[in-house]
Amino acid sequence: MKLVIYCIFVILFSSNAQAKNLVYCSEGSPSSFNPQIVTDGTSVNATAATIFERLVDFEYGTTKIIPSLAQSWEISKDKLTYTFNLRKGVKFHTTKSFTPTRDFNANDVLFSFDRQRLKDHPFHNISGGKYEYFDGMEMGKIIKDVKVLDPYKVQITLNSPEAPFLANIAMSFMSILSEEYAHKLQMTGKMNDLDNNPVGTGPFIFQSYLKDSVIKFSNNPSYWGKHGNIDKLIFAITPDASVRHQKLKTGECQFVNEPSPADIVEMKKNSKLTVLQDAGLNVGYLAMNVTKKPFDNLLVRQAVNLALNKPSYIEAIYLGNAKIAKNPIPPTIWSYNETIKDYDYNITKAKELLKKAGFANGFEAEMWTLPVARPYNPNGKKMGELMQADLAKVGIKVKLVSFDWPTYLKKASQGEQQMLQMGWTGDNGDPDNFLHTLLGCSAVTSGSNYSKWCDKKFDQLVTEAKNTPDVKKRTALYKEAQKIFKEQAPWVTIAHSVVFKAMSKNIQGYKIDPLGHDIFTLVNVE
Amino acid sequence: MKIFWIELYFELKKNKGSMVGLFIIGISLFISIFAPILSPHNPAEVFPNALRIPPSFLSGGQNQFFFGTDDIGRDIMSRLIYGSRISLSVGFSVVILSLITGTILGVVAGFYGGLIDRFIMRLTDLIMSLPSILFAIVIVAVLGPGISNAIFAVSVVAVPNFIRIIRAQVLFEKNRQYVQAAKLFGASNFKLMFNEILPNCMAPLIVQATLGFSDGILNCAALGFLGLGAQAPMSEWGTMLSDARSYIESSPWMVTLPGICILLTVLSFNLLGDGLRDALDPRLKKQN
Amino acid sequence: MKFILKKFFDLIPTLLGISLICFFLIRLIPGDPVLNLVGERGLDPVKYLEMKKTLGLDLPILEQFWIFLKKVIQGNLGTSIVSNNSVWSEFIERFPATLELGLIALIFSTIIGIPLGIYAALKRNSFFDYFLMSASLIGYSMPIFWWGLILILIFSVKLGLTPVSGRIDLLYEVPTFSGLYLIDTLQKSVLNAEGLKPFFSAVSHLVLPAIALGTIPLAVIARMTRSSMLEVLGEDYIRTAKAKGMSKKRIVYIHALRNALIPIITTLALLFGSIITGAILTETIFAWPGIGKWIVQSISSRDYPVIQGGVLIISFIIIFTNITVDLIYYILNPKMRN
Repeated sequence: MKLVIYCIFVILFSSNAQAKNLVYCSEGSPSSFNPQIVTDGTSVNATAATIFERLVDFEYGTTKIIPSLAQSWEISKDKLTYTFNLRKGVKFHTTKSFTPTRDFNANDVLFSFDRQRLKDHPFHNISGGKYEYFDGMEMGKIIKDVKVLDPYKVQITLNSPEAPFLANIAMSFMSILSEEYAHKLQMTGKMNDLDNNPVGTGPFIFQSYLKDSVIKFSNNPSYWGKHGNIDKLIFAITPDASVRHQKLKTGECQFVNEPSPADIVEMKKNSKLTVLQDAGLNVGYLAMNVTKKPFDNLLVRQAVNLALNKPSYIEAIYLGNAKIAKNPIPPTIWSYNETIKDYDYNITKAKELLKKAGFANGFEAEMWTLPVARPYNPNGKKMGELMQADLAKVGIKVKLVSFDWPTYLKKASQGEQQMLQMGWTGDNGDPDNFLHTLLGCSAVTSGSNYSKWCDKKFDQLVTEAKNTPDVKKRTALYKEAQKIFKEQAPWVTIAHSVVFKAMSKNIQGYKIDPLGHDIFTLVNVE
Repeated sequence: MKIFWIELYFELKKNKGSMVGLFIIGISLFISIFAPILSPHNPAEVFPNALRIPPSFLSGGQNQFFFGTDDIGRDIMSRLIYGSRISLSVGFSVVILSLITGTILGVVAGFYGGLIDRFIMRLTDLIMSLPSILFAIVIVAVLGPGISNAIFAVSVVAVPNFIRIIRAQVLFEKNRQYVQAAKLFGASNFKLMFNEILPNCMAPLIVQATLGFSDGILNCAALGFLGLGAQAPMSEWGTMLSDARSYIESSPWMVTLPGICILLTVLSFNLLGDGLRDALDPRLKKQN
Repeated sequence: MKFILKKFFDLIPTLLGISLICFFLIRLIPGDPVLNLVGERGLDPVKYLEMKKTLGLDLPILEQFWIFLKKVIQGNLGTSIVSNNSVWSEFIERFPATLELGLIALIFSTIIGIPLGIYAALKRNSFFDYFLMSASLIGYSMPIFWWGLILILIFSVKLGLTPVSGRIDLLYEVPTFSGLYLIDTLQKSVLNAEGLKPFFSAVSHLVLPAIALGTIPLAVIARMTRSSMLEVLGEDYIRTAKAKGMSKKRIVYIHALRNALIPIITTLALLFGSIITGAILTETIFAWPGIGKWIVQSISSRDYPVIQGGVLIISFIIIFTNITVDLIYYILNPKMRN
């Protein structure tokens, strides 16, 4: 009887997904379909990684910069003028609402830069007029002017030399949108559509989106570059990690984003699945606010560093899939300083330091726990509970606090916290993107320096490195900066996590992107 | 009054279900009172070398962790034992809060009638027309997650039931002779309401209070499951369940056990409530 | 007629009260909707104020309520802060999913619950009766958020019989006709393109959530049927019929059942409210794209207009269902008319 029911079920309900389609179980909904506006990985995956391209891009699976919509470029001797030669014959997508009449050219580049750069641009205020990345990277200050020299030549001049400039324009927010499409929307008064019904030059064409549920893309038949054999690319939005795993097992999706560390062992055992892993370009840390007592005291900060049992977090929170962090940058980034010695787990020494600092009986403090799961910290709440137990051993009574994510970020950037769990995944593979963005003095006011730690010597080093084109010199400067960071201990560096990707066996040619995005351009389904 | 309770007990004894319910309630009460003695470990204690150990009766289990450990190495049995403390006190607080508020409002509405009655009943309709969990979620979202806010939210949702029952009973009782007699003797309204009428509303009140227990426990667990209930390091069943969700495949005991605890506790109060209703309401008794 | 008019007149303060609650309660939620929109990396104060202005959040709160109320009366529930779509259109997009799930759950619990209840009433005090009553009490006590997980664990994960979550296999294109997939997948264009596969895909996705959501109503219906059958079977006219020698089948199905159905129908309609409550948890567990999941998500993203509008619509629906039930009851039950 059981068997009969089973058979009926199988016959009725087994869905044979046709080959050449890829269902990707993604972890959340994109906040917009314009990569200029978004900053989160979820939205980037759904836009910049599929629909759009940039002047230059990162080589698949690396952070090496390669030509994309720009075929080549020249940089002037004073490092202030960049001239890009654009690729010819690149077609924008034909969608339900738009049929391009011309190829990609310099006007599209100018449009994409100017929309973000110029406050009086007709499209600047569409969708709220906020360009977090563009503003956060200070692109407005860096770029002096953008000029069209001829239809396939664009010249960008800078205010001062900027070593990571090419890496910056390879980032998702510098994607190139169609000027012709924008113009057409402006005529019909549907300017918002530019950000809701996207048109790009990338390997996949946007088809439809049902909020919080599904995004559908189709293959771009006139794509200029190499691409795999996927006909339909479908994002099934599945916020719960265990559900993503279950769907992968039942074949409802062929690829899952951010598998939970808890499921990795079983996924590896499953012969139908492939699990790829790579050291992530990230760091998880506990920031101590140096403007709040008692963390203004260096001894206290060092004591906290000594009191936390990092190996136990690696075991319990990352389930072993992470490396203990000693520097604020991950070891895969150039200029990582191997010679730094980390603080060991040593309770007696920690107690001694606290005594010296005048806290022989400990003190009470608040710790904010990360409210979202991120690769650099898959479970902030649980990590907080472990830290709470560790710090209790040296007499520090910790109260755990958390807020919803946006509130958390806002309050943290205003510096209301004492101790704060945070982390970072690199945007462009440059050490500047960690050391200057997270620990520089200017980041204290702009918000992303959550320790509010402004060290003159450190800041001088990372600012000098930013304006120095020579990589060797920069490396030396960054290594020195990491030494100062460790001595001053504004953070407890916790972990660089391993990034996992799980997919069905029939997915071929996928490579992990060190910047954390999922790119299916060259993927084949067998 | 004493006779009332004794009679009730004998009436209840005839009903096997309610005895089972009473038995389970007794056990959980015992467990939660003696939690510190009964639990083998401190529920917040972390064993860093014992992550997600299965229950001792399954393969791979360890004797010191009878029901296994959770994802950061805490003893599940101890957490469940302390969880019963939280669940029972949550149920108790919800019942007390909603009972007191509901009774006062219900008696007043039924006794005075008129505008006050209309106002209170409108309020009741209003709360009842919002789905209870949804309303509770909105309240907790406003006040911030936490066990006391969850209790408050669930109590608010439970109040209308009490108001309706009491009001109906008061309407029925208020014109009866003994009330009229007391009135003639010059009893104050307050005295009439709470000394004369209220004691005669006991029967439905007891039933509703018992059922209120199970509703309260269930709703608080649901809030905990949605992450809006008890916060760490408290070990509440609903919260344990939602924390365990990502381990449903690799460590199913983490999901199964708290759920069974919730089910058993809720069931026991429903069994008792059913039995009480049969015992107290002769009209309904006929049908069974 | 007077009865009906009075009912509708009574409605006005309730509806107004709900609008008031929706507006003010939700406005007290901590967390800034503007910041929520902005995302992770900060925003300068000038733009912040501009955004606040465009969203109308800078006006005095009473004025905001007045604007809200005027719009509600005009049928305009505002636009979602997160998606920029109108709340009404988002609701319409999702309501069919909840309706389909709720209806199927209700049908499931009715066609199983009523026969079980009748049988238990006829076999009163038998083993079956006891078993059914215990089982129904367990069902009634079930924490459905746990029950749903267990169902997924057994049927999807361990046995691989049903899909884990969602409404239909995403590869199928189903044009919207009624919004109910069980109907839409039977449209000609779908049948021509894919045959019956999309239909079965929709069915298989529906099975587990419907069982999870239907469990409590099933328990309630079985118990209700049993007790109302027992009540009717004890009435004089049934006894008379028995005495007259009418066949047992005839008595049960024609006389007893028909009279027992009135309270059962009332229960069914009243279960509608608890189905919506249950849908909030069920949809969260099964990633069912309905209004329950919609509202829970809006609460976490502080999408005020959606929470306001959503809660408002749901409570209106429940109020009108209750009124309808009252009316049906009034029509079915002649005693009440006098």
